[in-house]
Amino acid sequence: MTNKNLDINVHYVTRVEGHGNIHVNVKDGVIEKCEWAIPEAPRFFEAMVVGRQYTELHHITSRICGICSIGHTLASLKATEAAMGIKISEQDLKLRKIALHAENLQSHILHLGFLVLPDLLGVGSVFPLASSNPNEVKTVLRLHRHANVMSHLLCGRTTHPQRLIPGGFSKIPSMRELVALRQVLKDSVPDLLAVAELIKTLAPKLPDFTRETEFIGLTSPDEYALYDGALGSTDTGTVPVNDYLSYTNEYIVPISTAKRAKHNRASYMVGALARFNLNYDKLSPMAKQTAEMFGLKPVCHNPFMNNIAQLVEVVHSVEDSIKLIDELESAGLKKQPEYNLPSDKVKAGRGVGAVEVPRGILFHDYTYNNKGTCTQANCIIPTNQNHGNIELDMQTLLPQILDKSEKEIELALEMLVRAYDPCISCSTHYVKVHFK
Amino acid sequence: MKPKVAFFDFAGCEGDQLQIANLEEDILALLSQVEVVSFREVMKEHSDNYDIAFIEGSCTRLQDEDRLKQIRKNAKIVVAIGSCATIGGINSLKNYKDIDDVKKTVYGENAKLFDTYSARPIDAVIPVDAYVHGCPMTKEEFLSVVKSLLLGKKPEIPNYPVCVECKKNENVCAFERGQVCVGPVTRAGCNSCCVNEGTICWGCRGLIDNPNENSEKEVLIKNGLTVDDAISKFRLYYGWQERRK
Repeated sequence: MTNKNLDINVHYVTRVEGHGNIHVNVKDGVIEKCEWAIPEAPRFFEAMVVGRQYTELHHITSRICGICSIGHTLASLKATEAAMGIKISEQDLKLRKIALHAENLQSHILHLGFLVLPDLLGVGSVFPLASSNPNEVKTVLRLHRHANVMSHLLCGRTTHPQRLIPGGFSKIPSMRELVALRQVLKDSVPDLLAVAELIKTLAPKLPDFTRETEFIGLTSPDEYALYDGALGSTDTGTVPVNDYLSYTNEYIVPISTAKRAKHNRASYMVGALARFNLNYDKLSPMAKQTAEMFGLKPVCHNPFMNNIAQLVEVVHSVEDSIKLIDELESAGLKKQPEYNLPSDKVKAGRGVGAVEVPRGILFHDYTYNNKGTCTQANCIIPTNQNHGNIELDMQTLLPQILDKSEKEIELALEMLVRAYDPCISCSTHYVKVHFK
Repeated sequence: MKPKVAFFDFAGCEGDQLQIANLEEDILALLSQVEVVSFREVMKEHSDNYDIAFIEGSCTRLQDEDRLKQIRKNAKIVVAIGSCATIGGINSLKNYKDIDDVKKTVYGENAKLFDTYSARPIDAVIPVDAYVHGCPMTKEEFLSVVKSLLLGKKPEIPNYPVCVECKKNENVCAFERGQVCVGPVTRAGCNSCCVNEGTICWGCRGLIDNPNENSEKEVLIKNGLTVDDAISKFRLYYGWQERRK
């Protein structure tokens, strides 16, 4: 292998959200370059929201990402509410948690079923699977549809929610609708098990690769933290969310329009695996059983297992949503006015909102003047926080697989990128492989 | 032979391509009518041999114009999907600001490394044959436009304001609730979905061809609102359309 020359150039890695390139040059067996570059057109949301009203910020920043629009909306609302001292009711809190589960389900199922499954079955996309594996494809479509029904019920739409507004909801579902949703979720358990069994038979195709890193995410003594919690690290413990800048430490690299982040080491990882590693104890019973099926235990340092952590979270989101609906039912769902507009209390101040979205921890940080106009904003997107870790994983993985064919190397690197489920238009924001 | 279709994205959130995934079981029906030859978000294969190109996102950089021109050359029919592609969309909020300031706000002293210009819809760069409006586009309207194109017909897009649909849905008018709404000048076709969910029309489908601006002003004055209130709301999505007028 000492005289190997490689020049692989995957311009735009496929089956990821957004545009990213992998550049790898190997000359006489020596790796000269192994880079992860993001050429996506930047969109400048932090500048666009300056001068806009607090009632509009969640609407605008939702457009950062179509797939995690619910998460962006919630992080945005939490930042606005923190800045203005707006409190939401216990009932609205539970409804928002279900909305977040809906997005987690939709996004994880899309990723596992449409983007990862083709690699495990050795095809280029889900399209040929429609005829070769019709039952599996139909199961995935059904689960995806249920997640969208759920988003629609809580948010009024599946993408770019409407009902979520500062101080609560403009409109809420009826108890009858929630009970119907609970039944759909209960009925989806056999489909979930079928997907888990399918992935179990294919999981040996996930590379056995380990590189120690730091995992960062929300953590809470009360629950598997998604909507709320303190900022946790597997290396250094927890700090309040308001201290997020001491964790994210963003920096710019010229090869990328997306910023990067680092904390205790050269890079860190966020997302389902980070949450799993930090909060395993708080997973629902069936979610823990799913992890056991795959022998997944914290702390796991194999980034490819992020796919399995997503599957575990899918199960958790279903079980926890059922539990939340039970709680709403026993408390009795309180009605609210039509076209509800809960808050007109405008106050100057700064607020930070952090939410766990499908790809990891998301921060929105706004400053408002006393007219409720935004004067400064900062949004730190999960995929940005992962870019540095992806590149370091690539640089560690490449020497271990140099004896493989160019095609196999390219696939392994692409699978690595996909395991992170990157959302690049979000982080600016893209994948391309370039070997030499 | 099934027509070959391809999907492309520029500056946007990919929420419109997500609506294709959200077709759920209907995807299988769609696949029986067309052959997808390029769709980076979901497939590895790529071909430049296609009949219909669907484009999501705005053009926000000079360097992206060449890619758009190439797509135009390859395709018989170009369809813009979603607000960013059809009218410039939310990206055009930055068009009201000094571009150097915008770059500095986000990238600081490294601002010069990153290229950007006023966000614009696809038809500001290349001719577009059909539009699927909305942020995001609805899957129903997408399917309806695709059906028309496959049958060789011109897709019908409403040219009346959202108010028409909103009245039919018996919503309480947002102005009567003390809120500013751009439904009176915004193109219908969404079934007033946002007002139905308890909020306002934000204007994502763009201006109708002949908006009655005087009537909008009258509504504003009657409800104690100013033109500035309305202009501010218009600017959420109409940044490029306003400039072109």
